[in-house]
Amino acid sequence: MPEITYREAIRQAIDEEMERDERVFLIGEEVAQYNGAYKVSQGLLDKYGEKRVIDTPITEEGFTGVGIGAAMAGLRPIVEWMTYNFSLMAYDQVVNNAAKMRYMSGGQVSLPIVFRGPNGPAEYLAAQHSQALQSIFAHIPGLKVVAPATPYDAKGLLKTAIRDDNPVLFLEGELMYAWKGEVPEESYLIPFGEADIKRPGKDVTLVTYAKPLRVVLEAAKALEKRGIDAEVIDLRSIRPLDEETLYASVRKTNRCVVIEESWPFASVGSHVAWLVSNNCFDLLDAPVELVASDEVPMPYNHKLELAVQPSADKILAAVEKVMYLA
Amino acid sequence: MRTIEHIKEFEPDFLRKLLQDMLLIRRVEEKAAQMYGLQKIGGFCHLYIGQEAVAVGSIAALDLARDYVLTAYRDHGHALACGMEPNALMAELYGKQTGCSKGKGGSMHLFDADKHMLGGNGIVGGHVPVATGVAFKIKYQAEDGVVLCYFGDGAIHQGAFHESLNLAKIWNLPIVYICENNQYGMGTDFRRVSAVHDLSTMGQAYGIEGRQVNGMDVIEVFEATSEAVKMAKEEHQPGFLEIRTYRYKGHSMSDPGKYRTREELDAYRQQDPILVLKQAMIKEGLLTEEDYAALDEAAKKAAEGSAEFAESSPEPLLDERFSDIWA
Repeated sequence: MPEITYREAIRQAIDEEMERDERVFLIGEEVAQYNGAYKVSQGLLDKYGEKRVIDTPITEEGFTGVGIGAAMAGLRPIVEWMTYNFSLMAYDQVVNNAAKMRYMSGGQVSLPIVFRGPNGPAEYLAAQHSQALQSIFAHIPGLKVVAPATPYDAKGLLKTAIRDDNPVLFLEGELMYAWKGEVPEESYLIPFGEADIKRPGKDVTLVTYAKPLRVVLEAAKALEKRGIDAEVIDLRSIRPLDEETLYASVRKTNRCVVIEESWPFASVGSHVAWLVSNNCFDLLDAPVELVASDEVPMPYNHKLELAVQPSADKILAAVEKVMYLA
Repeated sequence: MRTIEHIKEFEPDFLRKLLQDMLLIRRVEEKAAQMYGLQKIGGFCHLYIGQEAVAVGSIAALDLARDYVLTAYRDHGHALACGMEPNALMAELYGKQTGCSKGKGGSMHLFDADKHMLGGNGIVGGHVPVATGVAFKIKYQAEDGVVLCYFGDGAIHQGAFHESLNLAKIWNLPIVYICENNQYGMGTDFRRVSAVHDLSTMGQAYGIEGRQVNGMDVIEVFEATSEAVKMAKEEHQPGFLEIRTYRYKGHSMSDPGKYRTREELDAYRQQDPILVLKQAMIKEGLLTEEDYAALDEAAKKAAEGSAEFAESSPEPLLDERFSDIWA
């Protein structure tokens, strides 16, 4: 199976879906002539022309709303935000329009639209350009939220997102674009709402999604050396959420640590930890632990920014806690 | 541009339809106000009374098989002018299952997708980019349509408006932005909060020429919109109209309107769009008092019927709250 980057996997998904359906188009800042701020849309302008690969001015509210109107009228836009940090300029459009038009119209309209771009901390970017904002989108009924951590998942989930008839927030990661992984040449889709067991194990359940998957797998390797067999669950899809896979794992391990890179207050991770606590109460041998980022704006200094985020050491400490090894 | 002075140049049936549509809006809204007082309708209810010529005159310039309408939350008039059934409208205000949005949208979120009326939007200015996106679809699919996007004088200072005009111009989108300047954004006189008092100039920074239109004259509204629609369709130029109008009632049902004078309100009532059209038609021998009485009677009957329909309609089942979230 060929190894490709996360960036290339996303590009392939967009390319294949644009080829398949004339109504699909890509719109955003620098997506066309510049080939994408992170080169995700490399070559798409040449292939599809400026009708379907569209550069915009720096007006996130404006072009996000244009995407929503186009979707409501029958097209299937892919709106690229250069990063999710700038999605805040368009938050009203997503929350008040994309998520609600169908409901407010009693089902008369549908909104087949994908909003995508890099989310979460990168490096040396400081507070306004390094934040994980999934929780403020996952909070809203009417929005689907997916956050793939591998090239394989990114391609399969993005193709599903583009074919979905609902608004989908697709979360990538600046530092993940160069990550490599096996992706088959033949076409495939990954359904929403299916978590993936990235490493089977029996002693403790580690639940994560998006970029932290890498440190979680590192932690699992370190635990293995100490004779602890961790099961790593990658949610992939935040909303809809695959609760059953979580509970099945905890039924087996009786211990759970949730790891994410956003702030913990009212986050996806804190909700997942509550779900596990609530639904597996009698099976848990220890309270569920949550490893998230420190509740501070992201500092510029590299040592400080690394200290803010989840690390293998922080995960190991949490595992020791749920296994009463500390 | 032709105005009410030129009504002899129009087909009598067309004029009669304008009168009929304005009367229907007036009577349905009067009925809604009455029912609001009886607590049959709750929440925010923004009446359009006084502004009828704007929706009726401009939507008369459309072919709703191809063209689209999006508006803000003062949307009853636009919905009826697009052909929404008064029953579906009133039932929506009552929150009933038979309402256009099954009782889940209410007064501010009227939708009739079949008639290309795509809402009914509650966030001031928030629908302007969305309307621009509908125009984007028309161009993308190489269709022969146009979008009319209505908003008030209060929305014109939102970034969404300015971003949208810029996008519409650089992409040559078939859309006409219509600022219904009823002169008060809630309780604030627009002159207090606008750097310019001639709002028709607000498109100039984006290369979009605006035009000021008398919104109490349904003919002038029709003419100005028709020209802008033609420009949008044939020359791919977005248009912008500032239509000066006046709402007789408060911003919403809870607003007594104390920020303006009785004299000002009375002066506008003298130019009431229904009265003006009626008198002009009678003067030209195109209508009799009896004809008018019959039209008004029919409008009152439709309004009364809509309230009876809404009253006798069922509430949505409780499970209805979970439907229509996902396609």
